[in-house]
Amino acid sequence: MDFPVLSVIVFTPIVAGLLILLFPAERKNEVRVTALAAAAFALILSVWVYFSYDLAAGGYQFVENYNWLPALGISYIVGVDGMNAPLVLLTGVVMLTGVLISWGIDDRPREFFAFLFILASGVFGVFVAQDLFMLFFFYEIAVFPMYLLISIWGWVKTREYAAMKLTLYLFIGSVISLVGALAMYFNSGLNTFNMLELARVGFSKDFQVFWFPFVFFGFAILGGIFPFHNWSPDGHVAAPTAVSMFHAGVLMKLGAFAALRVGIMLLPEGAQTWKWLIMGLATVNVVYGAFIAMVQTDFKYVIGFSSVSHMGLVMLGFSTLTRDGLLGAGIQMFSHGVMTALFFAVVGMVYDRAHTREINELGGFSKKMPWVAVAFIIGGLVSMGMPGLSGFVAEFPIFMGVWQVQPIVAIIAAISIVITASYIIKIIGKVFFGPLSDEFEHHIGDVTALDKVALVTLCVILITLGVYPMVMSPLVASGVQSILSLFGGA
Amino acid sequence: MNETNLLALILFSPALVAAVMLFLPREEKTLLRWAALLGSLVPLGLSVVLWFQFDKAQAGFQFQVQYAWYEALNSTFHLGVDGLSLTMVLLTTLLTPISILASFSITDRVKPYMILFLLLETGMLGVFLALDLLLFFVFWEIGLVPMYFLINQWGSEKGEREITKGWIVPARTYASFKFMIYTMAGSLGLLLAIQMIGVASGTYDLPRLYQTWPVMEELKNIPLSLSLSTVKAVAFWAFVIAFALKVPVWPFHTWLPDAHTEAPTAGSMILAGVLLKLGAYGFLRLVLPLYPAEAHRYAGALAFLATMAIIFGAFAAYGQKDFKRLVAYSSVNHMGFVVLGIAAAAYAAGTQDAVIALNGAVLQMFNHGLSAAGMFFLVGVIYERAHTRNLEDFGGLFPLVPVYGGILIFTSMASLGLPGLNGFVSEFLVVRGSWPILPLPTALSMLGLLFTGAYILKGIKHVLHGPTNTHWSGHITEINSREILVMAPLMVLILWIGVWPGWILNVINAAMNSLF
Amino acid sequence: MDVQNFEPSMILAILPEILLLVLAGFVLACDALWPEERKRNLGWLTAGGLALILVVSLLVAVPSLQSRLVFGGMVQQDWLGFAFKLLFIFGAAITAMFAMDHAELGERGEFYVLMLVSVIGMSLMASAGDIVMLYLAVETTSIPLYILAGFMRKDVKSTESGFKYLLFGALTSTVMLYGFSLLFGLTGSTSLYGIEALLAKTGLLPVTMLVGSLMLILVGFSFKVSAVPFHFWAPDVYEGAPTPVAGFLSTASKAAGFAVLLRVLFVVFTPYALDYWPAVLAALAVVTMTLGNLVALTQKNIKRLLAYSSIAHAGYILIGFVSWSILGMTSVVFYLIAYLMTNLAAFGVVTAVSRVTGKDEIASYAGLSRRSPTLALVIMVAFLSLAGMPPLGGFIAKIFVFAAAVQAGYIWLAFIGVINSIFGLYYYLTVLKVVYLYRSEDDNQPLPVSRPYAIALGILSFGIILIGTLFAPWYTWATAAVTSLF
Repeated sequence: MDFPVLSVIVFTPIVAGLLILLFPAERKNEVRVTALAAAAFALILSVWVYFSYDLAAGGYQFVENYNWLPALGISYIVGVDGMNAPLVLLTGVVMLTGVLISWGIDDRPREFFAFLFILASGVFGVFVAQDLFMLFFFYEIAVFPMYLLISIWGWVKTREYAAMKLTLYLFIGSVISLVGALAMYFNSGLNTFNMLELARVGFSKDFQVFWFPFVFFGFAILGGIFPFHNWSPDGHVAAPTAVSMFHAGVLMKLGAFAALRVGIMLLPEGAQTWKWLIMGLATVNVVYGAFIAMVQTDFKYVIGFSSVSHMGLVMLGFSTLTRDGLLGAGIQMFSHGVMTALFFAVVGMVYDRAHTREINELGGFSKKMPWVAVAFIIGGLVSMGMPGLSGFVAEFPIFMGVWQVQPIVAIIAAISIVITASYIIKIIGKVFFGPLSDEFEHHIGDVTALDKVALVTLCVILITLGVYPMVMSPLVASGVQSILSLFGGA
Repeated sequence: MNETNLLALILFSPALVAAVMLFLPREEKTLLRWAALLGSLVPLGLSVVLWFQFDKAQAGFQFQVQYAWYEALNSTFHLGVDGLSLTMVLLTTLLTPISILASFSITDRVKPYMILFLLLETGMLGVFLALDLLLFFVFWEIGLVPMYFLINQWGSEKGEREITKGWIVPARTYASFKFMIYTMAGSLGLLLAIQMIGVASGTYDLPRLYQTWPVMEELKNIPLSLSLSTVKAVAFWAFVIAFALKVPVWPFHTWLPDAHTEAPTAGSMILAGVLLKLGAYGFLRLVLPLYPAEAHRYAGALAFLATMAIIFGAFAAYGQKDFKRLVAYSSVNHMGFVVLGIAAAAYAAGTQDAVIALNGAVLQMFNHGLSAAGMFFLVGVIYERAHTRNLEDFGGLFPLVPVYGGILIFTSMASLGLPGLNGFVSEFLVVRGSWPILPLPTALSMLGLLFTGAYILKGIKHVLHGPTNTHWSGHITEINSREILVMAPLMVLILWIGVWPGWILNVINAAMNSLF
Repeated sequence: MDVQNFEPSMILAILPEILLLVLAGFVLACDALWPEERKRNLGWLTAGGLALILVVSLLVAVPSLQSRLVFGGMVQQDWLGFAFKLLFIFGAAITAMFAMDHAELGERGEFYVLMLVSVIGMSLMASAGDIVMLYLAVETTSIPLYILAGFMRKDVKSTESGFKYLLFGALTSTVMLYGFSLLFGLTGSTSLYGIEALLAKTGLLPVTMLVGSLMLILVGFSFKVSAVPFHFWAPDVYEGAPTPVAGFLSTASKAAGFAVLLRVLFVVFTPYALDYWPAVLAALAVVTMTLGNLVALTQKNIKRLLAYSSIAHAGYILIGFVSWSILGMTSVVFYLIAYLMTNLAAFGVVTAVSRVTGKDEIASYAGLSRRSPTLALVIMVAFLSLAGMPPLGGFIAKIFVFAAAVQAGYIWLAFIGVINSIFGLYYYLTVLKVVYLYRSEDDNQPLPVSRPYAIALGILSFGIILIGTLFAPWYTWATAAVTSLF
């Protein structure tokens, strides 16, 4: 593989971001167009990588391996397999739609897009990193831009508090995992950070059982696991739309994915021992998150807590350590990512026009924004796990996996489906249908063409995956296969 | 036409038409209506072709196709028909164009309405054609969404209900919400049971499951400490509840009166005509073959519920003042016979009486589809003119609208079970089949039949007979040709089946003989 | 280690010092000769001269990997000293550029001369092989710094800071000298390497005496690196001193202290140290880090905040000491390189801003991102590097020191370090929040940044990012410096 396509994907955003910083501050349109071009380019490449993956061959492909610091065994290694290829694609999609939605940002768009792209590069880097040091490097790069993005362009009432809380939580999580990773590095005696080799080491059971919680939960904090999920709803609500899309759509997947890659794959026996705890906490996420979402009065908080609930499903799938559960979790990361990006985009569009997010004050928006209403309905159906859409394709295998481990949990978690349905239907009814108040009648216009492009893209993806699961399931299944092989016949 | 792809064509042609309609301009109402109507005639034509190409002598599923769909879970896109599903497919593809024709009077947002209707058709057809358990569930749930929106957005505009304390919503919102939540909650058990079956069996393919599931000795892959028979019993009831809700079997029927009443006319036609049959179909296709032992054990309970449905449905219908609600309860009443037949068959599987009862049940499904659709349409006709459904507001309309009156009487007689019309044939078969097997419930159901006559006649009496309510003279128009065209196919079929049912019973019989 | 007889090539060992002396003299002469208006160019002269010295040293004076004692054992010619020398010279050049446009520093030749003399002292500190030499070097470093701290005669705070620094420094110096004398008394030799040999041979020395003398010596060095409990001078001195001087103090001077600590601890006390020394150092590291971070949380003046932050960073560096391995010491040196660049950049921005606003309160930084987006970006780079965020040097440096702790089995220490980083992140982000989020009435007035600042900050930012991404060469450099100790 000669063309370093993965490196190009990883570095395009940050290079574009630095380029954007050089523009004079008044050239807002040039900034936007450059951002769009870079995002489109990265997306095209990620789509290409996704569909060029050779299923028959399996394993890691498009691998690039450069020595970085041989004395400590640090290398720049990147590669895609069945688990991270969909996530790379997801990031590309969310990045593009995020740029489209942010077209209207008028306060220092230059800095906004530059920080957003630094974030995007960090995210891409984590997904494709095969070297533990590199993974942390990119992981941290993805943490700090959130602070600036939220505190500067976020919702005035809570942005400072939410930004600081989010950054500190995420930082705490990542550094705790870092210590665990360092322990692994030294304990292995191999003097390498190469994750493939570390996965083959076979650390002692005691070592694994001790370190697994640090590593897994450190990352899972970013995945929103109970009881460390607190930063997420506030962060979601305070952030500007594109940042919320990124945050819920991609960043939380970063945490879950890293927990999988570093926690479960490198410390399999630790995972086996601790899986009951993870399963329990994830179930709490799923059910509790749904209940809390149901009682919220602020539209965005509903979506925020719904994210906590759906990420719970991802981690529930992980905790089963079965083929079906992991498959479902992998697809759910993608499906939920797209769905929640859609949700936040919709919320942003409503808020930009109505300047309120209180559900009781909204109403009848389908008359003014029909495309948005339809998009939200589709997103809502995905969220409910309605068959025919990607949510079902993702959730069903997770439940199958849970059946193989602890059937009671499947029954408990299924409750969340009904709760989700009820609050989704309630919101659709209240916000989009029903009477449109007079003040909105006169002041609200439809969304722009760019917004519609973003909405349509996201909806098409959700429907395609729902109707034809084969477009993603074999790929993720092959990724799951290599994970399970680490468990040696589990 | 490629024989093997016929089913896929039938299944997806409505969705394709809907997709094409997306690009039509939304102001051109006439264009949209005709496009939808003509588009919906395609699956009808195809299913007629299918009917003729179907080999009645051969048991088992025909025209099977199987494509990779969700290989990772061992679920394929497996379609096939036997006599049972063929009948239902015909019913669906027949009622949809009729309902669309009936919807020509809708003027508000015609485009999304038609698109939703067509998507609904695909959803229903999918349930009938699916031979894979996961696929079945997908289509089962998909059908909910268009129906929800049809009721919610195009339902009757009057009336308000309270959902929880202080939250008042329009009646149609209440009805659609209840419909959705009830059905989803009911399906939850079904979902979990399907997951369990899939994990334990390693496949979702129905023909395979028919062989393996009933005789399964132990639950592979699932660490459940309960005994297998307990698990199967729970799964059985999970399936039953989900389908019972849809049929609807007493006491899970409470969503139906509201949904039927508040839905737009065509919505009610399809809801009563086809959607209720999904539940019964679920019993026949899934519950009986997969759980023969449990079905046998609990047949008595099922028969009890069926009898309650027949009797209470009839009593409730008798007590209604709202014409549409009366017809809604009549559905509960008529579907009760279906369930009675199923219960009898469950109890005495394999006997000839069981087959007779089943034949009756399935034919009743078809017949009720025709007559209920007809009744709801006729209620809609009078409502559009009078803007009321209250029976006491009418009176002696027969001289004013004689043609309408005639058609109403005809359809009501079919609903009543008059010999010579289709209702009699199916109800007779059910009773004939169940009597030797479950005499007591059958006897009690006769009581119900008595009251069926009562409420039907009461309905007709209030609307058509008696002194003419002068309020209406000059204010009510006769039934027009479009509306007659809607009723015509239904009436023809009602008569035809009543007089010569052989053509359909043979098809059904072939399937019922080998059902389980 | 044997003392070599004199060879001309040994001049190369002190070539940088000689060149520094020459430069100092030259600057002094120019100061006397040049007219007032051109006095500012002294800064360019100093910076340029230092850059030249840097290049020449790299070309000519690179020591061999085999270290040797030269000049009668006074100087140890090895990579450790060399690496640090280059670091000090770089730091001084940058400081000269920062000072150039500072009202009361830039135009006075004495400033540059004193700074150069201080650098000579630091260089000798880093490569001292003898106790006496060491002490002389320490004083040569400190005395000019005392004066520089109090350079702004008319400013009360500056005078106070200079005085405080003098008193504190003199006191700790004395204690350190006493420690040295005890060491001499015990072993009869002033050569560091000689002492080591003697200690290894006899092994019967009373441990209490040895430990006692080490503790006394440690007092002096703790002062230099501002480790708790000898950190009290730092906030007041940094706040009062002219900002470029504060920057110089917090980086180069601290690095010199660490260089000596490395050498003295490693060379003299290693055989006795292994048992409980790591624990003592760990404790020292913990208190230093924690105190520095916790008090920094409450600061409202940016110079004081940076002062406490420097104290905290001294704590992080001490973590590296805990692991007596190549990785540990390498991480210390690497950290110092990254830290020097970062802290200089931070103080540089402070200088640039206070030059225009005249204030050092954090609140006065509001609206900076609009007044000068470039300065805001530089402060972001500097502060995020201090916080330990990639792709900046501070991140790599922190990972290395934590890795060293984990390798030595001090997991708890790594965790405490990690938690402290979180505190640090909080207050660094708070400053960035003020810069980027808050607005002020002067938003529209752009903040002019003069040429020397632009160049210096540009070099530093580039360096911080370079160290953060392409860190292999720097790591190799640091390893080479450290291997010479083992």
